[in-house]
Amino acid sequence: MEICVNGEKEFLPQSATIADVLAARGNDVNRVVVEINGGIVPRENFAETPLREGDALEVVHFVGGG
Amino acid sequence: MDDPFAVGGATLKSRLFIGTGKYGADSIIPAVARASGAEVITVAMRRVEKGGRGITAHIPEDLRLLPNTSGARTAEEALRLARLARAAGCGDWIKIEVISDTRYLLPDGYQTARAVELMVREGFVPFPYINPDLYVARDCAGAGAAAVMPLGAPIGTNRGLRTREMIAILIEEIDLPVVVDAGLGKPSHACEAMEMGAAACLVNTAIATAGDPVAMAGAFRAAVEAGRAARLAGAGTARARTDGALASSPLTGFLREPAHN
Repeated sequence: MEICVNGEKEFLPQSATIADVLAARGNDVNRVVVEINGGIVPRENFAETPLREGDALEVVHFVGGG
Repeated sequence: MDDPFAVGGATLKSRLFIGTGKYGADSIIPAVARASGAEVITVAMRRVEKGGRGITAHIPEDLRLLPNTSGARTAEEALRLARLARAAGCGDWIKIEVISDTRYLLPDGYQTARAVELMVREGFVPFPYINPDLYVARDCAGAGAAAVMPLGAPIGTNRGLRTREMIAILIEEIDLPVVVDAGLGKPSHACEAMEMGAAACLVNTAIATAGDPVAMAGAFRAAVEAGRAARLAGAGTARARTDGALASSPLTGFLREPAHN
């Protein structure tokens, strides 16, 4: 299936979860926050949150800023 | 000196907030934080690059995070960033930054005050970054801001307290801590803000881009402490130039005078 992660298309197996996407991207699950289609997903639900065709994910974290 | 700074439900010892942007190497941030004595440190929220590490690993755990909403152009965008920041697990404090001007990066007062309203409804503790405008500051205070953060000069300019007259008005009129944010380029600028009665200063660029950021962090710490101590001590009144000088030493008993019998 095709989903959109931070504005870019990604192709994933049908059973993929948020945790799978983060692992594939090399992101630290304990330091990122994820939105699916505009709604925040609690970190403890990453492993059991399945993705659906066309989902839009935002994966964000803290960076340096003033 | 026992001079606690109560803000946003916390009691702080340090009146210097620092930022985490623009460091040549983020690995210096722990040493900067220690030298500054800061208890509050700002961060921004952005999309994660593939394999991106973020800034949190470089921030000592005893510091309180003050995430900003930089990148937001409307109150709603700021609220979205605030929710994401809270989901990251850093508490309810949020520095509201709503900016659509790309040249001077000046904050949008109307959107900022609206963002305070929206965030207070959701239990956030907002620290709005504002122009030192009395009406915007009042709107933010009325909507439940924890402090107001007026700019001394545009972000990242190191130009100092260009807005000092307007900041002085906010200090006098707004019944909230005034934290001078943006534009402070040298310790003397921060010192002056504190002498004027600012509750605290936020410094990022001036420390991050200094030749020796750790040493500069220490210099800002000393300046903020000196300015605060001077404020509490109560400065003497300045005389008009045309009133001439007023001797500090006695005007009698000069050696050249003949002794009186």
